Amino acid sequence: MALFKLSINNRAYNADVEQDTPLLWVLRDNLGLVGTKYGCGIAQCGACTVHVDGKAVRSCVLPVSAVGKAKVTTIEGLSEKGDHPVQQAWDEVDVAQCGYCQAGQIMTAAALLKEKPKPTEEEIISTMSGNICRCGTYHRIREAVKVAASKTN
Amino acid sequence: MKIAAAASGGLFLGFNWTNSTALPVVVDAKSIAAGSINFNSYLSIGTDNVITIVSPNPEIGQGIKTAFPMVVAEELDADWKQVKTVQGNLDTGIFERQVTGGSGAVPHSWERLRKAGATARHLLVEAAAAKWKVPASELTTDNGKVLHKASGKTASYGELAEAASKLTAPTEVKLKSEKEFKLIGQSVRNVDNKNIATGKPLFGLDFYKEGMLFAVIQRPKAFGLKLKSVDSAAAKAMPGIVDVVTFENSVAVVGKSTWQVKKAKDALKIEYEKAADLESSADHNRIFSQLMDNGEATVRRKDGDVEAAFKGAAKVIKAEYQCPFLPHSPLEPMNFFAHVREDGVELVGPTQTPERARTEVAKLTGIAPEKVTVEITRQGGGFGRRLAADYVLEAANVSKLVKAPVKVIWTREDDMTGGIYRPAVRYRFEAALDKNGTLIGYKLRGVGMNSGNSTREDNFPSGSVDNLLIDSVEHKSPITTGPWRAPITNFLAYAEQSFLDEVAEAAGKDPVAFRLELLEKAKKSPAGAIKYDIDRMIGVIKLAAEKSNWGKKKGVYQGFSVYFSHRSYVAQVGEVVVLKGKPTLKNVVAAVDCGIVINKSGSLQQVRGGVVDGLGHAMYGNMTFKEGAPDQSNFNGFRLIRMNEIPEVDVHFVDNGMSPTGLGEPALPPAGGAVANAFYKATKQRLRNQPFVNEEAFKGIS
Repeated sequence: MALFKLSINNRAYNADVEQDTPLLWVLRDNLGLVGTKYGCGIAQCGACTVHVDGKAVRSCVLPVSAVGKAKVTTIEGLSEKGDHPVQQAWDEVDVAQCGYCQAGQIMTAAALLKEKPKPTEEEIISTMSGNICRCGTYHRIREAVKVAASKTN
Repeated sequence: MKIAAAASGGLFLGFNWTNSTALPVVVDAKSIAAGSINFNSYLSIGTDNVITIVSPNPEIGQGIKTAFPMVVAEELDADWKQVKTVQGNLDTGIFERQVTGGSGAVPHSWERLRKAGATARHLLVEAAAAKWKVPASELTTDNGKVLHKASGKTASYGELAEAASKLTAPTEVKLKSEKEFKLIGQSVRNVDNKNIATGKPLFGLDFYKEGMLFAVIQRPKAFGLKLKSVDSAAAKAMPGIVDVVTFENSVAVVGKSTWQVKKAKDALKIEYEKAADLESSADHNRIFSQLMDNGEATVRRKDGDVEAAFKGAAKVIKAEYQCPFLPHSPLEPMNFFAHVREDGVELVGPTQTPERARTEVAKLTGIAPEKVTVEITRQGGGFGRRLAADYVLEAANVSKLVKAPVKVIWTREDDMTGGIYRPAVRYRFEAALDKNGTLIGYKLRGVGMNSGNSTREDNFPSGSVDNLLIDSVEHKSPITTGPWRAPITNFLAYAEQSFLDEVAEAAGKDPVAFRLELLEKAKKSPAGAIKYDIDRMIGVIKLAAEKSNWGKKKGVYQGFSVYFSHRSYVAQVGEVVVLKGKPTLKNVVAAVDCGIVINKSGSLQQVRGGVVDGLGHAMYGNMTFKEGAPDQSNFNGFRLIRMNEIPEVDVHFVDNGMSPTGLGEPALPPAGGAVANAFYKATKQRLRNQPFVNEEAFKGIS
């Protein structure tokens, strides 16, 4: 066990865990941030996507010891009031069915728009194809990313 | 009930979703809290104008938590913005159907939900009439208010709720006519959108409780093995591990965090011994062909004289279709919380059948069912997997053994290799045509694995062919199986609709015209019992043909499919185009008759999602076995469809004003057939086995 000082959603957290513990399980089991989901544990489905220094990262394969001083953002901290353009677009387009994968989808989309505020359709599809939605809401995910892009300056 | 605690004062109505004879009744909030009234839902109107509706059916992504209150709000003339939906827990009163499965919730509840809304509206109007001393007939309602036009008086439902609660509910209420609907048929957003998009704890896996332990379970690595010995010394010595316990053939590692128990599980040393045949996929292929020819078949339907029809046929067409086992793969893996105490059991988690969970846990623990509580969480998909209670029982077993609150978590590997799959099945179809290309004989034999009846003997084309024989043969496999979204029909529809395409071609007929001809014949001179509505079937066929501009699109290869399941009718046209020399699935046009569409947005999702699910698994889904052990254990080996692989899905609903029917499943069965038939047009090669990616004909295709 070792003590890790983490910066998550602009807040300081301490976690006393084994160093190989994936960030995902530290968030969920130790810090009570359960918005980040477990889907596969091997970076195949994207349900666990968080931002590390602004970039989309699969937290299920990121050992907590590798986080260091990086700033982590989870779905809970994407916006203060839940009104990030991507979150708003997800509601406007009514994307979710079961909703389990959507936090990861939103985090992936938000990182894409941060890097490329006006992505092409191909860029949206190629980025979002890393995330699985078992309910098959892909059409609306694609549409919601476009809606969010249209509202982002 | 949460509802009683949440609101103080106001109108409470108790009603049953399921019992056809029960009428809505005004109840006293105190007796709801005491659990002494046998209703499985409540509608309350608080003095603060907030209308709360308890939705008893588990929400797995089918949208029931949004659709149910819409129906109540419609008849109530409520202000939708003031309506709240609360997920009901398993009530210890009398229940009939607190289940999500079979696309049955809406058809079961439609009438009752409307009556509940209409009854509340009636009481509020009566209360206003008494208050203003005017006849109730002079009053109207709109958007959460009662209005008296002549005097200009208005009152909100909240203001009238208290007085309405003193009245007795009427024995009969007038329901709106379909033309008066304002909310039903509109696009209403998922009531949980905000919570989902901000990462609120909603799902079973999100449930944490002070003092709760975590458990992962090692189950036999192959179907047909049983536990021989366990050496847990190394696992027990690992950090955070509280105990390692054994029950049945399972070894549970219990500890302080998910990661710790997951790591310790890998340190277990377990020996197994053979308890049944260790089947490989090659064995399944052998079993299928043996049973197809020599198995003992159970006759499911027999019309006319099939032998004579085939003897006198001008042409006989014969083909076999096969599909593999499939895991359900809901993105939230199986998990459940259990706290077995001496005086009762607390269960929390994702289940499609809360009552089964309670009954089985009561049996296991010897604790009376009324002392077992079940809190139903939102569920990260179900697809039929959560109809079983195996993982609930595991949680109860572990909690009982370690005497502590425990959450059992399945890793993705556990979820994929842990069993209860859509079973593999093989079908043989035979068709006899006379010299005019008329279908005079039809035979179907299904060979299933733990399927019971692997056919649906009364589905189309039964009723349209004079001489017909449908039978099934069964193989008992140690590999565990269970219902998978649209059980049986998830593959049967594809096989049947692909075969009918082959028959139409052999008869020299257009696939749409061929199906319509059969249906017209069934209407004019039915062969045996007809268990589907011929006109509704014709309706969706014609609508799909019209919307897809069937047969008239240049450079587009179209394939047709139509199926009736879960009381709804869906026809689909798959459209393949050649892009850079490669046949590519571009579009699917779906025509759907599910009666009245309650929520347009949610309904569109169910159809699109069903099509994506159906064709995704048809193209890529494959689970194989070697000596009883699954070869695929995660999404790197088991391929699920992704965004870059989906076609457009163009959805059209039939507007016929009939009572609504199910939509969680019906769009899935026809998808594979529409796609396979479209690829056939483009390549002239039949896809007779799933997954398509493993078929020779599919090589080089996107």
